[in-house]
Amino acid sequence: MTASMQMIEKGPALEVAGLVKRFGDLTAVDGVSLKVREGECLGLLGPNGAGKSTLIRSLVGRVIADSGRVMVMGQAAGSTEARMALGWVPQELSIYPRITCRENLGSFGRYYGLKGQALKEAIGWCIQWASLEEKQNDVAKTLSGGMKRRLNMAAGMLHRPKVVLFDEPTVGVDPQSRNRIFEMIEALRDAGTAIVYTTHYMEEAERLCDRIAIIDHGRIIAEGTKEELVEKSFGRRSQVLARFAGDTETIDAWAKRHGGHVKAETAELTIERAGEIAPLLDDATKAGLELVDVSLRRPNLESVFLHLTGRELRD
Amino acid sequence: MIWNVTRTALIALRRDRGAMVLSFVLPLAFFTIFAMIFGRQNNSTPTVKLIVVDQDRSQGSEQLVKALEGESSLAVMTRPASERKNAPHPADYTAATAEAAVKAGDAPVALIIPAGFGQHPMAFGPDKSGNGGGSTLELLNDQSDSIAPQIVNGMLQKAAMTAMPSSMADEGMKDAEEYVGGFTPAQKAKVDEGLEELRKLEAEGKTGSGTGNDKAGAPGSSSANDSNFSGIVQVKERAVVGQDKKSPMISFYAAAIGVMFLMFTASGSAGALLDEAESGTLERVLSTRVTMTKLLAGKLVFNTGLAFVQLVAMFLWGWWAFKLDFFSHLPGFAVMGLSTAFSVAAFGMLLASACHTRAQLGALSTLVILIMSSVGGSMFPRFLMPESMQKAGLLTINAWAIDGFTKVFWRDLPVTELWPQVAVLLGTGVVLFVVARRIARRWEYA
Repeated sequence: MTASMQMIEKGPALEVAGLVKRFGDLTAVDGVSLKVREGECLGLLGPNGAGKSTLIRSLVGRVIADSGRVMVMGQAAGSTEARMALGWVPQELSIYPRITCRENLGSFGRYYGLKGQALKEAIGWCIQWASLEEKQNDVAKTLSGGMKRRLNMAAGMLHRPKVVLFDEPTVGVDPQSRNRIFEMIEALRDAGTAIVYTTHYMEEAERLCDRIAIIDHGRIIAEGTKEELVEKSFGRRSQVLARFAGDTETIDAWAKRHGGHVKAETAELTIERAGEIAPLLDDATKAGLELVDVSLRRPNLESVFLHLTGRELRD
Repeated sequence: MIWNVTRTALIALRRDRGAMVLSFVLPLAFFTIFAMIFGRQNNSTPTVKLIVVDQDRSQGSEQLVKALEGESSLAVMTRPASERKNAPHPADYTAATAEAAVKAGDAPVALIIPAGFGQHPMAFGPDKSGNGGGSTLELLNDQSDSIAPQIVNGMLQKAAMTAMPSSMADEGMKDAEEYVGGFTPAQKAKVDEGLEELRKLEAEGKTGSGTGNDKAGAPGSSSANDSNFSGIVQVKERAVVGQDKKSPMISFYAAAIGVMFLMFTASGSAGALLDEAESGTLERVLSTRVTMTKLLAGKLVFNTGLAFVQLVAMFLWGWWAFKLDFFSHLPGFAVMGLSTAFSVAAFGMLLASACHTRAQLGALSTLVILIMSSVGGSMFPRFLMPESMQKAGLLTINAWAIDGFTKVFWRDLPVTELWPQVAVLLGTGVVLFVVARRIARRWEYA
C-alpha cells in the first residue's frame, strides 16, 4: 500500500488548508496548505522572517488565523483534543530553569492532565528518550546546552503526541548533541509520529525529512522530496561553480552567455552532461579569463532554495 | 575619553525608563508625601478626635466644652454620629459608651468631666495634702496613639485658662488668702468687683477661647502621670486600650512592615510570569490544557500562600522576640492574614501583567509600593498624618490591612468586627485579579 493510499484511508495526521495570518500590513502566512501523515517528517525550510514560526504557532493554536483551517488528527487546532494530540518543541528553551529535569517533566506532564502512574511512566519514558537518566535530578539551568535542548524536547513529549512540531531544535547545539537529537527524532518518526521540523540547516532537512516544504514570504513555494525539488528546479542538470581571475564584467558576460550568473565572485551555471564543461572553459579562455578553480556538483536543497528565492537559506 | 564614558552613561539612562522613574519620580513623590505629612501645609495639623462626656452640666463645664470645640486641632464629639442623614440624633455619650467608643477605635481619647467640676474647676498647685487640688477630669485613651492624649491635655489647660478666667482669678484669690495672709476689706472689695466684671464678660462670651490657630502640643500639657500637679486643670489619664500590652507597637509594626514587604515579595513572585513570557515557557504552557485564567489563578493561589506564610513568620518572630501575644489571636490573624495575602497577591499579579519586562516591574513596583506604604501607614502611623492624608490612606491595601490587624491584636475585637477590612481587602483582590486577567490577554493569542 502506498503512502498516498494510506493517507486517503486514515486521513492526514496534520492538515493545513489555505491558512492566512496578517499582522497589520504584513502577511506573515499567506495561504499555506500542507498535509503530514503519520510516521512522516515534513521539513519546513525558510530564511528568518519567512513565516515559519507564525505557521508553527498557528498549528499549535497560539495564533488565530485570519482564514483557513488547521486540523490535528481530525480536530480543530486549539481544541483540547488537538492540544492532546499535538506536541510542540519551541525554538526557545521553554523550561523552568530553577527546578530539576524530573520536576520540569512532572510539571509539564500535569499541565497535560497526567497524574499518578501514567505521569510517572511518561516521565520515565521521556528521560530515557532524551538520555537524561544521569541528569534527571539536576537543576535545569546547570545542564549543558545540548542537554537543555533535549529536556526542552522531552517536555513536549509527555503526553505522547501523535503530531510533533520541532521549531529549530538544534540551535546552538554542538555536533555530538545534534546527532543525539537526530536520533531522538528518528526514533519518534519510526514509531509513527507525524513530525514537522523547521530548520535553517539544509543537512538536517536532508537527513531527517521525508518531504520538504520551502517557505518564503509566508508562502509555500515548493514542496516534495529532496529529489523532487531538485528535479523540479534543475531537471537532471548539474551545477558548475567556477572562479576566474580577470575582469568582472567579462566574467559576468561569460556566465550570462551560458545561462548562469555570478555570486560572490563565483560563476554558477548548469550543464546537462559532464562533457559540456570542456567547451565552456574553452570559451572562457577565449574571452581572456584565467581559470582559478572549478567544481561540478549535483544541486542540493541550498541550490534549490537559492534558485527559487534568489536568497541563501541563512540570509 | 571621560566625556565619552559620561555620554554613554547618559544615553543608557535616557533609554532606561525604570531608572529614570527611580531617579526622579520616586524621590519627588516621596518628598511630596513627607512634606504633606510633616510639613503641615495649609495648617493642616492632625486633628484629634475627642469624645467629651459632660457629667457636670455646669456653666464652667459648658464653657470648657465650648472652648475645646473651638480648637481647630480637636474634633469634639459629644454624641455618636448619626448612621443616616435623617435619623434622629443618638443619645449623648456616657462614661461607659465613651470608653467603648475608644476601645472600638472611634476616637483615640475621651474626656470625662465629672459632676462637681464647676464648683472647683482648677487649682494653681497641690493642696496641703499634696494632691492636685480642684476637680479631676478623666482622660480615657488608646495607648496605640501616644500623641493624642498629650495634645488633648495641652488644649485642655489652654482652654481652661482662656475660657474660664473668673474661675482662675477666684482660685488665685483663694490661694493668696491662704498663703499671703488675706487682703484688707478695701482690697477684697476691689478684687470682687473685678471678678464680677470677669464673670459678666464670660457670660457674654467675650473672654478668650481657642482661636483655632494655636498649634497642638501647647506648653503645660504634661501628663497627669508625671506628677500630682499637671496644670491648672487636674487630669487623670487612663488607658482603656492596650493597658495590658507588653509591647504596645509590636503588633502595629508587624502588620505595617509585613504588608509592605509582602507587596514587594508578591510583585517579585508574580514577575515569574514575565520571565516565563520572555523565555517562551508561558506560551508553551498555554499550548497544553492550561488556560490563561487557570494559569493566573494558580499563580494567585501560590502567591497568596507565600504571602500568608511570610506573615506567619513575621508574627511568630514578633511573638518569640518581642512577646507579641500571637497565639491568643489566631482566628483573627488567620482571617486578616489570608485576606491581606490574597489582596497583596492580586496586586502583585496586576503589576506583573501590566509590565513588559522585569526591569519595568522593578521600577514600577518600587514606586507604587513605597508610595502606598508611606500613605497607607506602613512607615509611620496614619493617626500622625493630617486628615486628608488619612483619608487618602484608605485607598491603599496597607491601611486596611493595618487597621484589621490592629483590631485583632490591639483592640482584641472579635473576628466578626473585621468585616469591613476583610470585605475591602477581598473585594480589592478580586478587582485587581480581574483587571490583571484582562491585561494578560495580550499573552493569550496573536
